[in-house]
Parts: sequence; C-alpha cells; structure tokens
Amino acid sequence: MSDPRPGSRGLTALDGAISLIAILLIVQMWLLTATLEAYLAGHHSVAAPAAALSGGLFAAGFALYRFIEGIDRMARSQTP
Amino acid sequence: MKLWREEFSIEAAHERYVARRQFGKFLVLTSLGMFVGNLWILLRSQFRKEEAFSRALVARTGDIPRGGVKLFTYPGPQDPCILFHTQAGRFVAYSQKCTHLSCAVIPAQDGQRIECPCHHGFFSIEDGRVLQGPPPRPLPRIVLDRQGEELWAIGIDLGTDPSSSPEKSS
Repeated sequence: MSDPRPGSRGLTALDGAISLIAILLIVQMWLLTATLEAYLAGHHSVAAPAAALSGGLFAAGFALYRFIEGIDRMARSQTP
Repeated sequence: MKLWREEFSIEAAHERYVARRQFGKFLVLTSLGMFVGNLWILLRSQFRKEEAFSRALVARTGDIPRGGVKLFTYPGPQDPCILFHTQAGRFVAYSQKCTHLSCAVIPAQDGQRIECPCHHGFFSIEDGRVLQGPPPRPLPRIVLDRQGEELWAIGIDLGTDPSSSPEKSS
C-alpha cells in the first residue's frame, strides 16, 4: 500500500542513506582505535592501509551525503 | 537558492528533510575527523624519529641474588623500570608500567611471572609477553648490556622484534 503523504519516499531514501553513513562511521571508529592501538604497540606498517581504508570510508560517506543533498533539493523543489 | 534558505526550513513539510540532511552532515564531518585521525597516525609513523637512548648503569650483577629484583628509572627519572635476576641466572629488565592502564607491575608470588595487581594481568618474566589478563601488549623491554659485573641499560624494545635477545654481553 502506498503512503499518501507527499515526499515520504524521499524520506525513506534519506533514512536509508543516513543509516549507511552511520554504519560506515562505526567501522571508521573501530578502525581508528585499532590503528592507534597498533601504533602504540610499535606496529607502524598498518598505518598506511588503515589511512587508505579510512579515506575510502569517508569518501563513501561523502558520496551518500551528496545523494542526501540531491534528494533534499529535489523534494523541496517539488513541494509548492 | 541562498544558503540560509537551505539550512532553515521555512515550510513545515521541509523540516524533516532539513533535519535529516543536517544530521547526515554531522555524521560525515565526524567521519572526516576519523579520517584526519588516521592521517595523523600515518604521518607520525612516517616521520618518527628513532629515539637515541643514553647508557645508564643499572646494577652490578653481584648485588642481586637469583630471584631478586631491583627498581630503577630509565631513560628518564619519570620512567620506572624493574630488573629481574631470574632463577635461570639471566638478567632481564622491563618498564614497570603495565600496558593496560600503567599500574606498576611487580614480581608474582610464584617468582615465574610478572603481575599487575590492579587488574591481575600477568606477563612472562622471560620475554615480557602477556600471559593472562587485560594488558594488550608486552611490557617494553629494557635492552641491557652486560660489561663484566656491570649491567647497563642501552635502549628500549617495545616487543615488536621477537628475534632480539633480552641481554647482550660484551
């Protein structure tokens, strides 16, 4: 059954994108703490791949944010 | 559209969109902070300086019986360390700060292990590795140089090189 409220599909997409960003952020938090732990233990070789992975996660989150912005702009332009 | 029109909802129907977008922006900025943290660790790793440790006389071998210990500081006066003369006759020294929460480690009652009394972490007296409990890393080992009857501290090994020997003789 379709939702009669205007813009509810856009909101569902926003919620999904925000959930994905939150999951990526949790992974990034774990990655930072694990990298810091390894660094303090003297294992310096993990710093470069961890930074690359963290950058990738940030890029994915940023792309999702741009998606959110696009939906936001589109939904607001459709509303009279 | 001007910036303030994007950041503040004028119509009630837009409010849910603006709130979600701003929350998404907060999450992404936090993600940027995590990335910067990883970059900071990377830069620290790339541009780290090898610490130059001074030589410091720790003890004379005859002063410590087998099974005995001696406390000393190295490399600075605020860095407590502990020297062990093991039952096997070897001299080994470690930082006295537990790698869990920096409590002072002490010899365990059995004389075979090093104990952190705060949270019951145990380390091997032979190489400082973690045997039990919450410590995440081995105890930093003080590199000793034995010259005749004298034991000198010449450096610190964080325990990342398993091939390094606990005590040098010359």
